[in-house]
Amino acid sequence: MKYHLRIWRQAGPDKPGRFEDYTVDNIAPDMSFLEMLDVLNEQLTKEGKEPVAFDSDCREGICGMCGLVIDGMAHGPRRLTTTCELRMRHFPDGATITVEPFRADAFPIIKDLCVDRSALDRIIQAGGYISVNTGSAPDANAIPVPKPIAEEAMDAAACIGCGACVAACPNASAALFTGAKISQLALLPQGHPERERRVNRMVAQMDLEGFGSCSNHGECEAACPKGISIMNIARMRREFIRAGVRGA
Amino acid sequence: MSAITQTVLDAKIPPGPLAEKWDNHKASVKLVSPANKRKYTIIVVGTGLAGASAAATLGELGYNVLNFCIQDTPRRAHSVAAQGGINAAKNYQNDGDSVYRLFYDTIKGGDYRAREANVYRLAQLSNNIIDQAVAQGVPFAREYGGVLANRSFGGAQVSRTFYARGQTGQQLLLGAYSALMRQVDAGRVKLFPRREMLDVVIIDGRARGIICRNLVTGELEAYAGDAVCLATGGYSTVFFLSTNAVNSNATAIWRAYKKGAMFGNPCFTQIHPTCLPEAGAGQSKLTLMSESLRNDGRVWVPKKKGDTRPPEQIPEDERDYYLERRYPAFGNLVPRDIASRAAKAVCDEGYGVGATGRAVYLDFSEAIQRLGVDVIRERYGNLFAMYHEITGEDPYKVPMRIYPAPHYTMGGLWVDYNLMTTIPGLYALGEANFSDHGANRLGASALMQGLADGYFVIPVTIGDFLATHRPDGLKTDHPAFKEAMRGVEDQVKRLLSINGKKTVREYWWELGRIMWDYVGMSRNEQGLKKAISDIRALREQYWKDVKVPGSAADLNKSLELAGRVADFLELGELMAMDALDRAESCGGHFREEYQTPDGEALRRDDEFCHVSVWEYKGEGNEPVRHKEPLVFEYAKPSQRSYK
Ligand SMILES: Cc1cc2nc3c(=O)[nH]c(=O)nc-3n(C[C@H](O)[C@H](O)[C@H](O)COP(=O)(O)OP(=O)(O)OC[C@H]3O[C@@H](n4cnc5c(N)ncnc54)[C@H](O)[C@@H]3O)c2cc1C
Ligand code: SF4
Ligand code: FES
Repeated sequence: MKYHLRIWRQAGPDKPGRFEDYTVDNIAPDMSFLEMLDVLNEQLTKEGKEPVAFDSDCREGICGMCGLVIDGMAHGPRRLTTTCELRMRHFPDGATITVEPFRADAFPIIKDLCVDRSALDRIIQAGGYISVNTGSAPDANAIPVPKPIAEEAMDAAACIGCGACVAACPNASAALFTGAKISQLALLPQGHPERERRVNRMVAQMDLEGFGSCSNHGECEAACPKGISIMNIARMRREFIRAGVRGA
Repeated sequence: MSAITQTVLDAKIPPGPLAEKWDNHKASVKLVSPANKRKYTIIVVGTGLAGASAAATLGELGYNVLNFCIQDTPRRAHSVAAQGGINAAKNYQNDGDSVYRLFYDTIKGGDYRAREANVYRLAQLSNNIIDQAVAQGVPFAREYGGVLANRSFGGAQVSRTFYARGQTGQQLLLGAYSALMRQVDAGRVKLFPRREMLDVVIIDGRARGIICRNLVTGELEAYAGDAVCLATGGYSTVFFLSTNAVNSNATAIWRAYKKGAMFGNPCFTQIHPTCLPEAGAGQSKLTLMSESLRNDGRVWVPKKKGDTRPPEQIPEDERDYYLERRYPAFGNLVPRDIASRAAKAVCDEGYGVGATGRAVYLDFSEAIQRLGVDVIRERYGNLFAMYHEITGEDPYKVPMRIYPAPHYTMGGLWVDYNLMTTIPGLYALGEANFSDHGANRLGASALMQGLADGYFVIPVTIGDFLATHRPDGLKTDHPAFKEAMRGVEDQVKRLLSINGKKTVREYWWELGRIMWDYVGMSRNEQGLKKAISDIRALREQYWKDVKVPGSAADLNKSLELAGRVADFLELGELMAMDALDRAESCGGHFREEYQTPDGEALRRDDEFCHVSVWEYKGEGNEPVRHKEPLVFEYAKPSQRSYK
């Protein structure tokens, strides 16, 4: 199959960016989107041009390192699919595909399609953990957790930190990402001792990083490759109010 | 080849009975006082399970920690991809498990090529890991009563594997990452993402720092410390196609090797039996389908050669469930090396399925009938979805097609009981070291080892070293840093200046072919010799003809890869040399010349009951092979039988 690509090229953070057009041919339907870009990059290298910079690592939808806006959609047109998992069979032969980086004020562009998402780390750093030093844990079965609660915590914990929710949100809010971590830890009994401090600090950090506020568009949930539910945002709000009431 | 044995390495195994060694050791090591810890700087390279758990714990103890990784955040380290689970000897199932049994299974699974004392310690610590992870909020699978659930894994007859759906590695890594970020917040750990370590700096025979390339700005940076821990993962990507992440590499350990850290058992690689088969050109990885699938899936091929009927049209009595037939006791749950070789054997004989004939079926129809589709969905839902997305086929309806793929490297930097390499002050943790899995790793034991090393072992053993090596205020203006920096700079310049015809990826692919064909699942003398000469020729060509676009002054993924492939082109040769030198079959190392009449691996304990430890002797010189003899006092070597 053959594709026409319109790809965002930008030499560096402060350099101007623009779209450039490329064509790739002989693409197998089972190839992933990133493998198709690999083909393009091999082609560019052979032509003595600079390849398109994009991030990826696991290439199986779990590390969260990849992430492109494809035809206007974060991670492309397939639901519950990361960019690396997306297969070319979902694009008609001869299609023109537009490829851009995840865009948000809090995600500055590094080069071409690579962005800096370290703001998400700093949100976790502000409290996305349970303070328990190595060696101080009780026996694992000393803390029973009802199965439905454990499952719900796991649903929230499945977030891969890709930032597609931010890229998809008209306000560039990180509420889904932050809410998912707050939910996971608020659901589990282990997370209770620190819940007020956690939600206060993480929400404050989110604002500090320049993410927009959530106004319930729901685009985040639609773009999220891991199906993280916006219920987690609701839970984050409840936790926040709860913390406020308790004056933490 | 003239590998000569010179030294017998001392693993510094503590005295006393096996079950007491670790406790005795902990009681006798020297300690750094709490007030002094902050005066020490420890460099930890890697943020996978091993690196993140080490950096977090060392930070908690009060050391000043610098932590590096290639990805944009520590949470993406390749450990994140582990699916199936993590072993522990909790015996929550009351099915007869114990520390000793986990120890024994791991030694036996490794085909008696691992160090008893290490493996016993690993089994002991396995329980602490589960406690720690649960306390961190890792959402392991649970029973309705609220207690933790378990599943079984290959090579064991008890149910001791803890899991978080098919995302156990992700959840354990996020646990370690959260502990790490807490230390970052506390100011005890400083993070350096998007950095690639390109050399280790040795001063007065001791590891004192590293040289990194900042992958965003392209600048070379030097960092000094009192000790260096490498937790940089495995090197299966030497095969080009593997289950590993595309940035997984050998560069950190390889450059340490070239600075004097010896390499243990480089040829011990694990080819995982349940991966998606190769599909075609342009493929960048082989996706693993967790081994846990073998709990409920049945492996088969048609009884008739070249049978092209779709699987559902092949009647039951025309199917060969060859694992169940050959290994009635363990059936589909035989260890990985055995399952992989059996798959290769049936495909070599012409029974393989799929377009290429290089695949076997993994069939869930019986399990779906027995347990219902909901139970199967709960257990493997995300794996089935992943398979469906990649292949376009629905495994609830059609059997999966699987084939073995390079997955894990048991070999790595040689370390003693304290996880120290042969360079004082240089440690290796997790998959980067050679330690606990012998010639074959059992499923769900790498996560266990990485976390044991990082949470529990290194915090004890590094203190013992640091207590006698006081901080001396070393700065990076020391000439040794300048010299190391110059070496790295020269290599970068050289790679960019060749401007030849073939891309880095093309060379990598070619190397992968050689490795897969001759240093893969089945090896022989002639093939290994050919591999050595082919790799040498390819390497020579690489340095004359590779084309690396772009510059060194900013983000340049081609340049990053070029350095890694340069190292693979050397490591691949050492792997072949080691495989040639080890004239026996054991675990994942199968030498065709050494097999039992029914085709099982034939160990030669009289000659090869040792770790092969390779020492670099400079460019153009043959490396020298040393030995660490293995002594089995408790788990007496026998021929592994899973029949
Ligand atoms: C698909 C898959 C599934 C698996 N499933 C299981 C399972 O179910 N159970 C199990 O026990 N094991 C499993 N394994 C094996 C297990 O995941 C790994 O062995 C283990 O996670 C390795 O952890 P690590 O910390 O040693 O290294 P990694 O997690 O690989 O981390 C390496 C770190 O080092 C960094 N790094 C590497 N080189 C450099 C450099 N030069 N400079 C700076 N940083 C560097 C990387 O950025 C990364 O942070 C699986 C492996 C794969 C591939
Ligand atoms: S919530 Fe979803 S979209 Fe957002 S970072 Fe997590 S996985 Fe990505
Ligand atoms: S590369 Fe890891 S999620 Fe896409």
